Amino acid sequence: MSAEIETVVSEGAAGDAASGVADDVILSVNNVEVVFNEVILVLRGLNLKARRGKITALLGTNGAGKSTSLKAITNLLAMEDGEVTRGSIEYEGQNVTHVGPEKLVRQGIFLVMEGRGILQDMTVTENLRLGAYSRPKVNMKSEIERVYSYFPRLQERTGLAGYLSGGEQQMLAIGRALMAEPKLILMDEPSMGLSPRLVKEVFEIIQRLNKELGITILLVEQNAKMALKIADDAYIMENGKIVLDGSAEELMENEDVKEFYLGGGGERRSFKNLKSFKRRKRWL
Amino acid sequence: MNTELLLQLLVNGVIVGMLYGVVAMCFVLIYKSTQVVNFAQGEFLVLGGWVCLSLVVQMGLPFILAFIFTLVFMAIFGILVQQIILRPLIGEPIISVIMVTIGLSIFMQSLMNWIFGNDAKRFPDIFGSLSVITIGGLNVETAYVMSLVLSLLIMAVFYFFFRFTRHGLAMRATAFNQQIAQSLGISVKQTFAMAWAISALVSGVAGVVMGIVSAVSNSLAFVGIKVFPAVIVGGLDSIVGAVVGGLIIGVLENLAEFADGEYLHIGNLYTIAPFYVLIVILMIKPYGLFGTKDIERI
Repeated sequence: MSAEIETVVSEGAAGDAASGVADDVILSVNNVEVVFNEVILVLRGLNLKARRGKITALLGTNGAGKSTSLKAITNLLAMEDGEVTRGSIEYEGQNVTHVGPEKLVRQGIFLVMEGRGILQDMTVTENLRLGAYSRPKVNMKSEIERVYSYFPRLQERTGLAGYLSGGEQQMLAIGRALMAEPKLILMDEPSMGLSPRLVKEVFEIIQRLNKELGITILLVEQNAKMALKIADDAYIMENGKIVLDGSAEELMENEDVKEFYLGGGGERRSFKNLKSFKRRKRWL
Repeated sequence: MNTELLLQLLVNGVIVGMLYGVVAMCFVLIYKSTQVVNFAQGEFLVLGGWVCLSLVVQMGLPFILAFIFTLVFMAIFGILVQQIILRPLIGEPIISVIMVTIGLSIFMQSLMNWIFGNDAKRFPDIFGSLSVITIGGLNVETAYVMSLVLSLLIMAVFYFFFRFTRHGLAMRATAFNQQIAQSLGISVKQTFAMAWAISALVSGVAGVVMGIVSAVSNSLAFVGIKVFPAVIVGGLDSIVGAVVGGLIIGVLENLAEFADGEYLHIGNLYTIAPFYVLIVILMIKPYGLFGTKDIERI
């Protein structure tokens, strides 16, 4: 089973290059290996591509290495003693594997961190202004107005960002990303800790940014159902590797994905059977 | 009770306290943005004083020029200390970093002793700084008034810088969380260098002011030690706390002097009173008056 999946992945990659879709790719991660503390291997040869102007979802269970992948792309691993030891990351056709995080932001890659990465002891406006740190000459006022047009709710909040509700903080984090005028936004679990209604709202906003501003989005999610609904392409990760990839529709129909990530799928099995079935059918 | 003396000492306390506040701000700035407890802060101050004094006295430069040169020198000095001495220590245990700054303090003391000599030297009287003006029946030296104005100015600039400028916001972001700062496109290395540059520069200004108010001497480094209770009282990571702490220590010192001179006759209570306060504050509020709780590792 595992051998079969591997060949599918590599065929997919080869097929892309051959058909000349390659220039359509804004970000490509090639066989990246990440090691923490010089011994702990977290990413074991990650391959993925994000197509320009599309939403790409990266799904997987806890500890699969999704957040690490995003931090590897934005080169934020040094702070956690992590390092890309093999492979390359290409953005806009350039090798950016070891380019500093501040340069990447200037080139248009922006990461909305897990847990939103809000500066809690600063005001909403200060947070937004810091979003535009990489664009010193920008007209701050009109940029902030532009963000408020997407998130009118933020305008009313004058206090510290730490006092915002979870949903508002997520919106502030996305708004702050907009301030940097990025071409590619990496989102790390925007649905984390939000009520279903808010999750829906946030996903609608992500879709709007993608459609209206043409921003490419790489979305890391646990909420596979929502993510597959808005995504164009999707990858499934397990143990630091991509185990399955394809268009979002394909994956949504895939029996295994239904079983593991979307809940249910097929006829209902007893708990006992399910357990043994899972053991037999790990992705690797 | 000698009310006039008390008032006079209180005014002195506020003025000196403001200056302590400025130095304490420099201390907090470094601690907040780079998590380094800089025990060489007092030496930074003395170095600023000496450089300016030598330029005025030995090179014969006009004061303003010497002052500007001192600012530039101190900023570069701060960056060099950060890059050469402290950057390699990033990620090392806090105790090593503390030992290194204590070492730096001793090293600078000796070096300045060697280069600038052991004696206190006065600035030539350029501002008529010894003349006295009378405000509401109190006699205040012009130098003190100047020092007060300068302290307030520095605090206003600090406030403006951290509230409204791009780099100030970036420094606050870095102090809050380095990884978040990086994800916003802020260079943490640059921010560290900037923190040290600003801190050294402002300490240098305080050194020059102290030099004008009294005299430049290596023993001025005691301000670095005095500032420590001020910082602890205010809370290690609060800029406002630093100013308030500085004021408290300044006023307290002078009150102690008053009590000592009038009633107790112990002698030298002036110097040690701040440290008694330090002990009491640490017993009641271990995080200082304005500090946040998660800094207990010091």
